Order: sequence, then C-alpha cells, then structure tokens
Amino acid sequence: MSLQTKYQVLIDTAKASGMTDLAIAEQEGVLHIQGTAPNADVKNKLWDIYNQIDPNFLSGDVVMNVDVSTAVSGSQVRVITESSNLNIRKGPGTDQPIVGKAAKDEVITLISRANDQWWLVRTKDGEEGYCYAQYLEPIA
Amino acid sequence: MNLRKILTIALVSGTLMTGTIACKSKISDSDLKAKVETAIQSNPGVTVEVKDGVVTLNGTANSEDEKLQIENAAKAADSKGVKSVQNNIVVNTAPPIEINTNDADLTAKVADFTKDFPTVKTAISDGVITVTGELEQARVQALKMGLDALNPKKVDMSGLTVK
Repeated sequence: MSLQTKYQVLIDTAKASGMTDLAIAEQEGVLHIQGTAPNADVKNKLWDIYNQIDPNFLSGDVVMNVDVSTAVSGSQVRVITESSNLNIRKGPGTDQPIVGKAAKDEVITLISRANDQWWLVRTKDGEEGYCYAQYLEPIA
Repeated sequence: MNLRKILTIALVSGTLMTGTIACKSKISDSDLKAKVETAIQSNPGVTVEVKDGVVTLNGTANSEDEKLQIENAAKAADSKGVKSVQNNIVVNTAPPIEINTNDADLTAKVADFTKDFPTVKTAISDGVITVTGELEQARVQALKMGLDALNPKKVDMSGLTVK
C-alpha cells in the first residue's frame, strides 16, 4: 500500500481544512506534510487523525509540520505544558538563563516569533522572554 | 463499359477526393477552436486560441505530464487542421518541502527540545532522528510534534518503548 493510500484520510482532511501553503510530497519513503492551519483546532485534528492511522507514530513514515496562522505578533497564546511551568528565558535557547515562568494553561501574549522554535512572549505580570514554541498554542 | 464512361468516373471521383481534402485543410479557425476545446474539455483551466490553424494553449496544469497530454489532445483533435500548437500552459508548482539535513543544526535543536524528555535518547544522522528509550503514552504525540517541527528527513521512533 502506498503512503498516499495509507494516509489518504489525513491528506484529504488537510486539503479540505483551509490550510495555506500546503505541501505534500513523498521523499525517500517518508510522506512530508507541511502547511499553515487556520487555527489550532485544525492542527490538533490533523494530529489526531495521524495518530489514529499510525498509533504512537512508530512507523516513522510521515513528518508533519503544521503551523497555525493565528500565531501572529500581539496575539494570545496558551501554555500547553504537560503539568509543569514553562520556562521563560533571556534568549532563544535552553542554555539561556531563566527569567520567569508561565503556569500550565496560563494565557500570555506573543510578542514576536524569533524563529520556528523560540517565541518572544510577555506574561500578565510583565515578564518578557523566550519560550519554546511547541508549548504555546494560539487561541483562535 | 466504354473508355469514356471509365474516364468520367475517374474524373468525378478524383474531383470528389480533391474536394474533400481541400475542405479538410480549410477548416475555419472557429471550427478548429471548437474541436480543440471539446478535446481538452476535462481541463477547465486551459483556454484555446486559434489563428490560421495555429493553436495556442494558455492556462495552468498540475504537472508536466498533464501539460503534454493536453498538447497532444489538442493536436489529435484535428491532425490535419492543426498546423502547430503553441503550448503556453504553466505548471502549478506546490511550495517546496523544507527538509533540514544539516545534522549539526538538527542535533542542537533536538537537544534543546528533548531536555523536557529525559527518558528519551536521540541520535541524528543524515537528517534522520532516531528515538530510543521510553516514554509515557500521553507524551508521545508532544514528542513527535516537536521533532517533526524541526523538519527532519525522518523521525524513527520504532525503538521507543511506550509505557
């Protein structure tokens, strides 16, 4: 079975979800899916479908990188850590000193996206610094 | 049958044949346009123009193959009437897939991200992230999302024990 057939539902859903810059291509036995979702719900839905087709992602035949278009400067983002606080650091990197913390489910402001991994944020208390983007979910 | 009769038949059929050929080569541009449009009607993104038997195709196709197929279909619509085909069809190219095969860059980013996953070990080679160790099921998706966001060539988690 080809990868496109195996992940047909995922591909169809991505195409029907109003994604922008959607790119789907098979390279060296891996299906790459990249694009920007209109909101975090769409991104989460795609990951749910992917997890259903390939439980725990153990096959390793897909790399899916979905950005969310509402993650723009000035927007509100929610901290989605597992349980612990999210470190806010002086610069973009885990070698940077911690200047503050944001609690799980706390809503903070995205000031700018330094790069795909590190976003500059500000808490309600006015603490400013860099957080790891994977733990921030844009609020639609 | 006398000679005159044979000659008459030959003359008449000759005239008929010439007439038919002449008629075919003189198909009007508008008729030719209609024929070509019918032949390529499964490609609504392509428009047809005809001038003096030269067919010009404009619009978009999804691949080079499709572009060529449309051109061939246009030629085949009336092989005598179509003098030539000017194929101006543009092939839609999807945005290119980004893959980070810089192992040093990838290794640094993976190390940054997996600090929060102390039970997980990673190895990076030729853009492929190989994951071993163990992880509770609830955090597997977070791990995979974070690693995929680094645009690796592949994330191999087959060696990961899910608790």
